[in-house]
Amino acid sequence: MAKTRSIRWSLPTLLLAASANAAAMPLNMTKGVTEISREVYNLHMTIFWICCVIGAVVFGIMFVSILLHRKARGVQPAQFHESTKVEILWTAIPVVILIGMAIPATKTLIAMEDTSAADVTVQVTGSQWKWHYKYLGSDLEYFSVLATPREQINNRFPKGENYLLEVDRPLVIPTGQKVRFLMTSDDVIHSWWVPAFAIKKDANPGFINEAWTRVDHPGVYRGQCAELCGQDHAFMPIVVIAKTPEDYAAWKATEENRLAEEKAAEQELLAMNMEMSDLMANGERTYIAYCAACHQPNGAGLPGIFPALAGSNLILNDRRAHIDIILNGKAGTSMQAFGRQLSLKELASVVTYTRNAWGNDTGDAVQAADVYRVQQGEGE
Amino acid sequence: MSVVITEPRDHDDQHDHDHEHHDHKPRGIKRWLYTTNHKDIGTMYLIFALVMFFIGGAMAMVIRLELFQPGMQFVEPHFFNQMTTVHGLIMVFGAVMPAFTGLANWMIPMMIGAPDMALPRMNNWSFWILPFAFLILLLSLFMPGGGPSFGWTFYAPLSTTYSSDSTALFVFSVHIMGISSIMGAINVIVTIWNMRAPGMTWMKMPLFVWTWFITAFLLIMVMPVLAGVVTMVLTDKYFGTSFFDAAGGGDPVLFQHIFWFFGHPEVYIMILPAFGIVSAIIPTFARKRLFGYASMVYATASIAILSFLVWAHHMFTTGMPVFATLFFMYATMLIAVPTGVKVFNWVATMWRGAMTFEVPMMFALAFIVLFTIGGFSGLMLAITPADFQYHDTYFVVAHFHYVLVTGAVFSIVAAVYYWLPKWTGNMYDESLGQWHFWCSLISVNLLFFPMHFVGLAGMPRRIPDYALQFADFNAFISIGGFLFGLSQLIFVWVLIKCARGGVKATDQVWEGAEGLEWEVPSPAPYHTFETPPVIK
Repeated sequence: MAKTRSIRWSLPTLLLAASANAAAMPLNMTKGVTEISREVYNLHMTIFWICCVIGAVVFGIMFVSILLHRKARGVQPAQFHESTKVEILWTAIPVVILIGMAIPATKTLIAMEDTSAADVTVQVTGSQWKWHYKYLGSDLEYFSVLATPREQINNRFPKGENYLLEVDRPLVIPTGQKVRFLMTSDDVIHSWWVPAFAIKKDANPGFINEAWTRVDHPGVYRGQCAELCGQDHAFMPIVVIAKTPEDYAAWKATEENRLAEEKAAEQELLAMNMEMSDLMANGERTYIAYCAACHQPNGAGLPGIFPALAGSNLILNDRRAHIDIILNGKAGTSMQAFGRQLSLKELASVVTYTRNAWGNDTGDAVQAADVYRVQQGEGE
Repeated sequence: MSVVITEPRDHDDQHDHDHEHHDHKPRGIKRWLYTTNHKDIGTMYLIFALVMFFIGGAMAMVIRLELFQPGMQFVEPHFFNQMTTVHGLIMVFGAVMPAFTGLANWMIPMMIGAPDMALPRMNNWSFWILPFAFLILLLSLFMPGGGPSFGWTFYAPLSTTYSSDSTALFVFSVHIMGISSIMGAINVIVTIWNMRAPGMTWMKMPLFVWTWFITAFLLIMVMPVLAGVVTMVLTDKYFGTSFFDAAGGGDPVLFQHIFWFFGHPEVYIMILPAFGIVSAIIPTFARKRLFGYASMVYATASIAILSFLVWAHHMFTTGMPVFATLFFMYATMLIAVPTGVKVFNWVATMWRGAMTFEVPMMFALAFIVLFTIGGFSGLMLAITPADFQYHDTYFVVAHFHYVLVTGAVFSIVAAVYYWLPKWTGNMYDESLGQWHFWCSLISVNLLFFPMHFVGLAGMPRRIPDYALQFADFNAFISIGGFLFGLSQLIFVWVLIKCARGGVKATDQVWEGAEGLEWEVPSPAPYHTFETPPVIK
């Protein structure tokens, strides 16, 4: 609940630090790096200027009236109080302006919705609180998680330049090609937003939404989840790197190779036994990265929403169920299926760690092969 | 306003005698618990709304404190989400709506020449269930797992599968608020329909009465929809239904359709009575009849009807078919037309009047300008391709705070200053009131105007921590927020001072005021218009 953190800074130093860190904030919507995003920007500016002109006229008349028609100047109030002609006029003029505005908006919207004839398709899956990218027609898929260290968020370390807008593995797309995105979610509703592409599309669990972009220039483009998705909503950024088609192809080949090697290494791992100390050290790292947001670093959970792991009945008494819940999640709760997200080594380590940390002294060293057996539906 | 009292108080002795007889009321707490008097109930609604305004405001202060600097300093993200959620719920259902109901209770009978509301016992009950609804909501914050943390819009499945057990209390509490609103709305409609004084024809009713009449219909239409959607959340969470769960054949976007079918008319529920208030104040202080009375009535009705056809403009990013998106974009743009007519009419009312600038007028003028700014950003949000960039950012936060704070809340404050002399019999302290106005005006713009820029620059709403580029603006916004919060303490001071005494108010109070409420003494006696006035 409302645990206040101890305040270890003084106001003036923080103010100084903040203004020293802060890159100048743009005051307007980005023009972005696609044809569509520029059209969106133009629509935004057009409607903005229309509003400014109407505002200047209406408020102008109002302020003139306030200056001239005040009792203090000894004026007598006029008696007029209706005019059908005027009423029709100021109903009709806005209608004409709005029609003028609706036409370009409709054109742009229809263009934005046309996801046909894409060169590359990426499936984007949101889950609490990370993104998963899968390149359709390839084995390549991976999770993309916030890379800002907790120490920066908790004000123990100075904040880096891309604070909260940096991830471990960005999405990579080619420039000049039509990239289609298929959005969905594993749990609650998220929303995938990259301002530079003018794409914001909700990721709805159980349904697929579409969006597309064609990026002009290579570069790094940052965004964030835009739909409230639970406590770490602020901590699931999006980073997209646009590379030239040649660089993109090279990157993709390297990644596909790496993936194949990782899978081979995992098979080797099944025959090996890791040391308890390695498992614990590895497990703690994985736990902090993937589990601590809900179950808390001390394993105490948050009463009423996230169960405690310290002293957990399930962990202490049913090792198979323990491995199973980490692999497959628990339906109807926010416990996700981590079998897809973590490597066997990470899974084995985190199981071992949670079985031996915070007074859970089972003494078990769970190995990759143990996890693999449960994953394959075999008994332990 | 063309109402003329043809039966001036020619039976003063008789009236005074009656008052003496009827003014017998229980003393102490029993008076307030058992009362069926529209003025007592109105007062209780208004005080309740003020208390809720400060509780909801305190939560806003927690939000602004955490957002003062990047990084997590004061609260956990989970608690931050509870603050944004309960702040929204309290301000909408606890502050703005009860304040308008309080004004309706006090003023509608007096404006139409009725002795009381039509259903006085129901009136008592519709108020007295409210404090319990909010007690349940506030106490749920102390449950294990905390209170509701899914935003005031409680989108499924965040509010179903992924919420804490306080959700059951949240649902119950919203049910009670809904029942209270529906009863209040029925009372308003029955009163206006049946209890107008002879000669008070429909098109002679003050606009505050008209706007509330239309608002009451909106309430009766949409509060059951809200009750339905919270019940679906309850059964999805606890009884195994799958309305909003794709795994069981449901659809999470269905939730948003139902919620916003309630939610958009709800927006107008919170602004139509404000139009009525401003339409009362501007003519009084311009000493000139309201321009285009009939077009004001028609514009209000058009806005109310259109408000049922625009709900999905809150959902442009959910992936609707393009034709549905276009329909909702056009309908939303259309709603700007009758809203524009209202603003033009107010300016035309001021034009060639003889204005003075007492506190109610100042708040009403600020309302016109700032509400219109909120209307402009609303028009920008209607442009769907641009909405993709604005949606769920601080631009939206700026937009709806301009219409709700400098719109609805400013109109309520204006109304309180306007009618306070009638309620208490004393003039409020004009210079303190002006201090309140200027402090509020400056701080509210420091608070909400920079949010437009922060949103356009890309800051999502409902986040407890943000990228460094937003730091300076957020510090600035927070300072504006603290100042706005402090400014409202002046308001409480003015209210207490005025309730305790001050320069005696005349019956008419304001030089340019017209209408039945200004024909009764100040303070308004406990019972008014036991004999209906006759209006030509």
